[in-house]
Amino acid sequence: MTLADAANLHTFGEAFRFIGDHPSFLATKAFEQLQLSAAALGLALLVALPLGVVLGHLHRGSALAIGASIVGRALPSLVLIATFLTLLGIGFLNNMFALAVLATGPILTNAFDGVDGVDRDAVEAARGMGMTGTQILGRIELPLAIPLLFTGIRVAAVTVVATAPIAAIAGGGGLGDIIVNQASYRLSGVLAASICVMLLSAAVFVLLLGVQVAVTPRGLRRTSLGDDLTRKE
Amino acid sequence: MTAGPVIPTFGHGSTCVKENHTFCWDWVHAHWGDTLQPALVQHLELTAIAIVIGFAIAFPLALLAHRFRPLEQPVGIASALLYTIPSLALFQILIPFTGLTRTTVEIALVSYTLVILFPNILAGLRSAPPDVLEAARGMGLTSRQVLTSVELPLAVPSIIGGLRIAVVSTIAVATIAAFLLPDGLGYPIFVALNQPVPFKTEIYAAGALAVGLAIACDFLLVALRRALVRWKTV
Repeated sequence: MTLADAANLHTFGEAFRFIGDHPSFLATKAFEQLQLSAAALGLALLVALPLGVVLGHLHRGSALAIGASIVGRALPSLVLIATFLTLLGIGFLNNMFALAVLATGPILTNAFDGVDGVDRDAVEAARGMGMTGTQILGRIELPLAIPLLFTGIRVAAVTVVATAPIAAIAGGGGLGDIIVNQASYRLSGVLAASICVMLLSAAVFVLLLGVQVAVTPRGLRRTSLGDDLTRKE
Repeated sequence: MTAGPVIPTFGHGSTCVKENHTFCWDWVHAHWGDTLQPALVQHLELTAIAIVIGFAIAFPLALLAHRFRPLEQPVGIASALLYTIPSLALFQILIPFTGLTRTTVEIALVSYTLVILFPNILAGLRSAPPDVLEAARGMGLTSRQVLTSVELPLAVPSIIGGLRIAVVSTIAVATIAAFLLPDGLGYPIFVALNQPVPFKTEIYAAGALAVGLAIACDFLLVALRRALVRWKTV
């Protein structure tokens, strides 16, 4: 492609025309990307959520929780995807694992912080009332940790959906397929796919924020949400 | 796709390279000078420019928001939304404005650093306890003196905390710049992926350099914090 083509603002008009002309193609690609993201997020949830909650309940392994968030940030998505490609070959699995690793950090750290940070007096009081460890976890710690648990899940989900287009270079499919294939789709198609990718991650962000508000116990809503939005990880 | 320099071929060289073994030190040795080192230097440049510009914008903005509180909420929500924009998409969207240039890459990188630096600097400025501020005012300090000799020093831990996150994540995002430009540590990875069979040594070497760079910068910032903050923090 030429720079003249690139530096032309009319391409945005063409991009929107591309969206108008190929809505079902873009929707199929978006669905592909969501499938990959959901699989990766599911895998990460399966591993990181119980681990973070149990460690938080025992107040152990804070080094692991902090380490997970640091490692999660320091590992570039491109490096992860390329590395898993060399290990597992091209296709769905390698990308699922690479994206799941990215999602593990925020889920683990926030689950740990959420449960670990529950007011000790509340836990003491529950124990005084004769609750067992499991009951304390289920009735006191988990409900109070919900805002942070969901912050972690939301950050992880947005990260995964936002990173999934990069997986296209390793056979991940999705809207990234269009973005990395400018030779076939021209800049207008690339821009159209990029706009769809942005809308998709914004939608996931807003949707999960809604879910988070809905599941947060009423008493916690006002205090938690304000700080939460500005919290990064 | 980007028009970069001639893609090196891996067809010749040691058996290790030819058979694409897990890691070939001889390749790293042979291509440190023409591939890895330039990529590392470019990566540092991309990151440093983004952090310096990002800080130069975020710092005065935070000072302003510190004075005028109503600014905080809208900026907070806007930055949370900005952070959800996928880096690859943001790079592409900027192409019609600034082309396939470093400017495009830097605009995207700077935006992400702003999202991290602004709230951290602001939180730092707000971290001075009310009674400390009261005492400073009682000693007759003007509001400018309170800022420079009380609020700013107390904000240092939070500012450096923000810088750590910003630097580490900028180093990670800068690898994506390779989708646009033959620049940075993402590019060798990109080249290796575009071989008929992905060339492992190059992927691992460039990846390790990117992660190593992030860890090294993080250590430096922690050391800076130790040097600047001589008091106990809670």
